[in-house]
Amino acid sequence: MAEIAHSAALDVHAGHAHDHDHDHEHHDSFWTKYVFTTDHKMIAKQFLVTGLFWAFIGGAMSMLFRIQLGFPDANLDWLKPILGGWIQDGKLDQNFYLALVTMHGTIMVFFVLTAGLSGTFSNFLIPLQIGARDMASGFMNMLSYWFFFLSSVVMFISIFIETGPAGGGWTIYPPLNALPQANPGSGLGMTMWLVAMALFIVSQLLGGINYITTVINLRTRGMSFSRLPLTIWAFFVTAILGLLSFPVLFSAALLLIFDRSFGTSFFLSEIYINGEALPNLGGSPVLFQHLFWFLGHPEVYIVILPALGITSEIIATNSRKPIFGYRAMVGSILGIGTLSFIVWAHHMFVTGMNPFLGSIFMFLTLIIAVPSAVKAFNYITTLWKGNLVFTPAMLFSIALVSLFISGGLTGIILGNSALDIQLHDTYFVVAHFHLVMGSAAFFGMMAGIYHWFPKMFGRMMNDKLGYVHFWMTFIGVYAVFFPMHYTGIAGFPRRYYSFTSFETFSKFQDLNVFISIAAFVTFAAQAIFIVNFFWSMYRGRRAPMNPWRSNTLEWTTPIEPGHGNWPGEIPTVYRWPYDYSKPGAAEDFIAQHIPYSQTPESNLAHEVDPVEAYDADLTVDTHAQHRG
Amino acid sequence: MADQTDLLKNYPYDPTANLGQAVEDEPEPTLSMPPKRFALWLFIVSIIMIFASMTSAYIVRKAEGNWQDFELPGVLWLSTAVLVVSSFTVQMAWNAAKKDELGQVKAWMFVTFALGLVFLYLQWESWVRLVQINVYLVGNPSGSFLYVLTGLHAFHLITGLVYLAITTVKAYRYKIHSQNLIEIEVPAIYWHFLDVLWILLFGFLLWSHMS
Repeated sequence: MAEIAHSAALDVHAGHAHDHDHDHEHHDSFWTKYVFTTDHKMIAKQFLVTGLFWAFIGGAMSMLFRIQLGFPDANLDWLKPILGGWIQDGKLDQNFYLALVTMHGTIMVFFVLTAGLSGTFSNFLIPLQIGARDMASGFMNMLSYWFFFLSSVVMFISIFIETGPAGGGWTIYPPLNALPQANPGSGLGMTMWLVAMALFIVSQLLGGINYITTVINLRTRGMSFSRLPLTIWAFFVTAILGLLSFPVLFSAALLLIFDRSFGTSFFLSEIYINGEALPNLGGSPVLFQHLFWFLGHPEVYIVILPALGITSEIIATNSRKPIFGYRAMVGSILGIGTLSFIVWAHHMFVTGMNPFLGSIFMFLTLIIAVPSAVKAFNYITTLWKGNLVFTPAMLFSIALVSLFISGGLTGIILGNSALDIQLHDTYFVVAHFHLVMGSAAFFGMMAGIYHWFPKMFGRMMNDKLGYVHFWMTFIGVYAVFFPMHYTGIAGFPRRYYSFTSFETFSKFQDLNVFISIAAFVTFAAQAIFIVNFFWSMYRGRRAPMNPWRSNTLEWTTPIEPGHGNWPGEIPTVYRWPYDYSKPGAAEDFIAQHIPYSQTPESNLAHEVDPVEAYDADLTVDTHAQHRG
Repeated sequence: MADQTDLLKNYPYDPTANLGQAVEDEPEPTLSMPPKRFALWLFIVSIIMIFASMTSAYIVRKAEGNWQDFELPGVLWLSTAVLVVSSFTVQMAWNAAKKDELGQVKAWMFVTFALGLVFLYLQWESWVRLVQINVYLVGNPSGSFLYVLTGLHAFHLITGLVYLAITTVKAYRYKIHSQNLIEIEVPAIYWHFLDVLWILLFGFLLWSHMS
């Protein structure tokens, strides 16, 4: 009796909270709803749109240098309206070419595939999939986006300054990037690059602290770590990697700022420019590389892990099968995360480091193949004999697995310190990381957008356009990056403005033309996506509650969830997220919030609700007492 | 829900507080800590990473040779002592808050804040001594690293002072008491961390300048 009264009191309380919620939503103005919002779903959309904007800028830059590489003799005067003084006598300015590759790398790695990918999906999915009303701190989350926005503004302005943006490579090695004399972009452009990245690091740390705190502290009842969807595991480990590695980039950038602006010699020593000696003595440029790659290597896993998490979720859902080896998947995420911190020097095999040290880093690097292969095999075995549903998201996810394997295999070659002497800084490296990190992560991002678009905007994206977009992108990406393996082995160094003055390289010119045309087509195909994205946002078919018949909690929210996600109570979790095609079950999926007591026909022997287990314990105890 | 937008302010957090169902057929609630304190520890981890990378860079650079030797200014011993005492006083403020003695909370906070300022002054004094023995920011990296490491720590100490000031204002608004200890717990832990960080850093510098 007392219990009934108690639960009635709770009901009243819930009802009250509900009303309150409605009141609150009415008070949202344009500014608090779309701009300075603390709702994780809106912040995710802000990250997504900003990320897509940067993806367009970064992609357009790659088009410019593909024109230069494929058609070095073409007259580029038609680009003058956009590039102005960077086109001289119909030719692309050489320093601007370097700025283009630098900015393409920076934008794609940090602004698109870090902020745009994990910023979007960590924010969107963590509270929805663990059953939380919002992030641990909505305010910090808002700050995280606005620091990213500020960083974007600084980086964007740097593209338009007179001396051009930073031009010494996205890895900003000194002395090239420490001395303004080195390159026009090493002056103001580089200063703005450093300011933008400092702001970016602050944004990442605010976001990361929030993600970790939320995953650990705000899970709903029953959402134990062993019931977390693999997306959340991936975002969680990604956030830990960011928390540990971005401060190190901050140290490196800080010391570089001191060298650039205050005359210290952390990274500079014995440099002569035009016969004149610089005052800097006693610095070590290799030290910078150590600091940079201590971030730089975890960074590539910060980019790829969220994509792999998204893929796990989409492949299991659309194969209508449980993910193969859930614990092995979690273990491999943790393994990749741990190993990512002890392999950084494989980027530095040719800096004159001790060959013995090189062989240690080679050994550690090749170990990464093990957890990576575990993931690849588990994706394939999940697909094996599944009832595959080829949604656009599913196609992008399967393609991610393909790209991850073909790019990963060349990683085994590059991780070899002896082979790296030949292949270092050639197009072979470009092919490797564009397949395994760039394209794979981009495909993960696309898969995520196609899959969670209905939850984000309450409407479905157009499938037909999705298929056209997918096939053009998939074939295009391989057509662009596969030939680069050949040019790389032939010795083409990356970042070169032109190859026409070397006889050896001229026979590969037709291959470069092919790559460039493939790149143009692939880039143009993204317009199909953009049209689909914005058209579907307003005109797409209305989404049902659970369009992909998926198990995770986000599909139990209303079609367009308000601030707080669930209008009533938050659902409780009783099972893992991968109960697809369970033998005996009425449907081919059983969502996480369905108790075992409702599915007696499909329960395995050990699958009992806590209350039944409690009753069973009691029965046993009574028997024991009787016997005693 | 309006007051739930910033969940850090809502501890203890129970997502199913408004659950209508009978409670006993629910699974166990998940492991949970006060999110604000937890977030602080994560923040501390990121600061540790900055100093760990800086000191690693220091060791690597020193091993390469061409390293100028000089003696550390003795005033750093004094500043270390001051910071250790301030760690003690901030703990007194925390203890007073546990007993709801608000007057003492404010007094100890003021003492801590003042000791923080004294520490900063002494750090500045150590830079003056360095200049007197011709060790400048610009020059051999052994000196530059010393300036950057002490400067970076001083910067974090200033953020700690700002946090102490905010907390003191909260004490005046009666927001710090035994039912709301998290408000003083978090700045106090941060201050203790800054103290320990400095002791480790100073120990590292002493070791480096002895060997």
